Amino acid sequence: MFHRDPPRTAFLNARLIDPASGLDQSGELLAESGQIVDFGPRLFDNGPPEGCIVVDCGGRYLAPGLVDMRVELGEPGNEHMETFGSGGQAALAGGVTSMVALPNTEPVVDDVAGVEFVARRAREEKLAKIYTYAAVTVGLGGKEMTEIGLLEEYGAVGFTDGHQAIANAQVMHRALSYSRTFGAVILQHPAEPSLSGGLMNAGELATRLGLAGISPLAEVIMVERDLRIVEMTGGRYHVSHVSAGETVEVIRRAKARGLNVTCDTAPHYFTLNELAVGDYRTFAKVSPPLRSEDDRLAVVQGLVDGTIDAIASDHSPHDQDSKRLPFALATFGVVGLETLLPLSLALVHDGALDLQSLLAKLTCNPAQILDLPAGRIAKGWPADLVLFDSDKPWRIDADALHSKSKNSAFDGHMVQGRVLRTFVDGRTAFTIADGALPAAEPRAETIGA
Amino acid sequence: MSAETLPANAPVFGYRHLLGIQGFSAEEISFLLDISNRYASALPQDLKKESILSGFTVINLFFETSTRTLTSFELAAKRLGADVINMQIAWSSIKKGETLIDTAMTLNAMHPDVLVVRHPDSGAVKLLSEKVNCCVMNGGDGSHEHPTQALLDALTILRRKGRLAGLKVAISGDIKHSRVARSNIYLLTTMGAQVRVIAPPTLLPAAIERLGVEAYTDMRAGLKDVDIVMMLRLQTERMQGSFVPSIREYFHFFGLDRDKLSLAKPDALVMHPGPMNRGVEIDSELADDIDRSAIREQVEMGVAVRMACLDVLTAPERSRRAQAR
Repeated sequence: MFHRDPPRTAFLNARLIDPASGLDQSGELLAESGQIVDFGPRLFDNGPPEGCIVVDCGGRYLAPGLVDMRVELGEPGNEHMETFGSGGQAALAGGVTSMVALPNTEPVVDDVAGVEFVARRAREEKLAKIYTYAAVTVGLGGKEMTEIGLLEEYGAVGFTDGHQAIANAQVMHRALSYSRTFGAVILQHPAEPSLSGGLMNAGELATRLGLAGISPLAEVIMVERDLRIVEMTGGRYHVSHVSAGETVEVIRRAKARGLNVTCDTAPHYFTLNELAVGDYRTFAKVSPPLRSEDDRLAVVQGLVDGTIDAIASDHSPHDQDSKRLPFALATFGVVGLETLLPLSLALVHDGALDLQSLLAKLTCNPAQILDLPAGRIAKGWPADLVLFDSDKPWRIDADALHSKSKNSAFDGHMVQGRVLRTFVDGRTAFTIADGALPAAEPRAETIGA
Repeated sequence: MSAETLPANAPVFGYRHLLGIQGFSAEEISFLLDISNRYASALPQDLKKESILSGFTVINLFFETSTRTLTSFELAAKRLGADVINMQIAWSSIKKGETLIDTAMTLNAMHPDVLVVRHPDSGAVKLLSEKVNCCVMNGGDGSHEHPTQALLDALTILRRKGRLAGLKVAISGDIKHSRVARSNIYLLTTMGAQVRVIAPPTLLPAAIERLGVEAYTDMRAGLKDVDIVMMLRLQTERMQGSFVPSIREYFHFFGLDRDKLSLAKPDALVMHPGPMNRGVEIDSELADDIDRSAIREQVEMGVAVRMACLDVLTAPERSRRAQAR
């Protein structure tokens, strides 16, 4: 055996789509040494170059690999829930080529060693690219600031206290002022703790089930407070998983005033409402909670008008033991890496968003917020790509997920659109199992024409 | 007198478990109340002869301390001839180790016929019912439901007032955390009563009107012309500054005394699920007034209702065993 250069890969017969540039055309793409070297129509009119690995895309969409800006990977400390290995496989199966891990691990990623650990483990696994946030406060204690400057230098792509809000206004004020020096972004879990002691959205169903409610007020109060601080400090601020209509409106107004704010939401917030809790389904217990139908529609509207910049899976793996409990005792959170794309595509199939706008929220937008070298089809950029069928109907089966934990809120849910292959640095990193692979056939619209 | 002796056209109670009142039709509720009433009317010496549950095992599994409800369930099962085992488990001490499902599996292996479960978490009884092979009766779960309490309250009202439909019923107290309030709201609204709830805003749950009730924060306005006043127990830990400022202030505005009661109909009936906090939610002397208070009768009806529910839930298994003989 001798060392081989990363292979050249020629992608033939692809529908190239890149939201950052607006590209949407049939064509070919050439990747070499892990980078995109060329792409366009009729690139290989004289046949692909010698010695290439050839991928026939069958007319399917070839897009930038997804960038998932909010995942929990369990490692270090909770390897029985998820590891970089299992989470990496799950990401690839979901078309995610770059993801950002939350710092709420054991130990907490709040020092340089933690950031380096993540980088090293990601290199070892060689699956999807794993970046990490670092904690804003030491040990997620909510008091002392971490070494934001050094952590940023060592590769932390942003700062957040994970599932915990930065509750203390003074701490948030200092974090947003101090981080400005380094251009670092502070991500907030929007929930005022003193108002978030409940178990599900406050409303009729919570009252009927006798479960303590969490009012949308808990979310909007925190975001409004933070926006005042952003206005004073000029810091970079990002609201994670927006769930309430009022929050969308507050952020919309802040953006109109020119504040430095971005936000994301997760598929469960625009796919489900509080009724998914039904008869104490702990697999629908998430934080912030699933809200009312009005809130769900407002989140969709926020995605449509661009108030919500990105969609993240909010992947939160938990074993059966943490979910098969009375509702009050069950853990918050659902897995989502593998269902991110198909659930999001529903927005396209429903006519709410066009495919380019949707993909922007899954690729270039989150990459831009976190300044990651990802999420684009452009010369010189990493050949991190996803090949997907946008229409293929299938049923989500939680047991078939690659993730170690199967706590999906969408078991049995019908979706449309499926990841066929995922490429990292030009190499095939995931291929859908043969049985699930749809035959390469002309697209539906050309059959009907 | 048991469920089999009903006329052939009696409605069938098609549930394996009794988890809550929500979802029951008026016919189903009437059916349960009807059988309960027969047990309530039976003479004590007749009841001693009943042994329809002979050979049946009833386990009372209580994760919350209770004397009254547990005794009531125990007595009901014993009067029907069942073998009864009481298990009181301090939930706080086991929740870190053995899970509720582990407990359910262990008990299931003992082959009980009926599990009566009380649990501090809403939904826990339903979760348990999904993991066992026997009938499960909800003896109260968190702030969710307490179906036998609602049935015994309704039976008490029926026997005093002769009807439920059209009555004005005020439920007053900690509505937010009360499973008794919820079960009573479902039962009474389904049976055509007009239900009001009375509480300070901090003890009213969100969207309570969506349950078909009128909400009052002024007790005097809420009590106007009502036929029934149902008082709820206020847990002491919820007073003293968290939900209400003080016991003194609570009693002043939301405690039932003769003065506030005078706004209700002259023959209005006062009820309380017990145990009472005298001088907190109810005036002590009023609680003892035999003409106005139905509190002792409620306890009596409790046993009858629980006998009826045990009877109805075990009816399919009894007929299976009868056929097998």
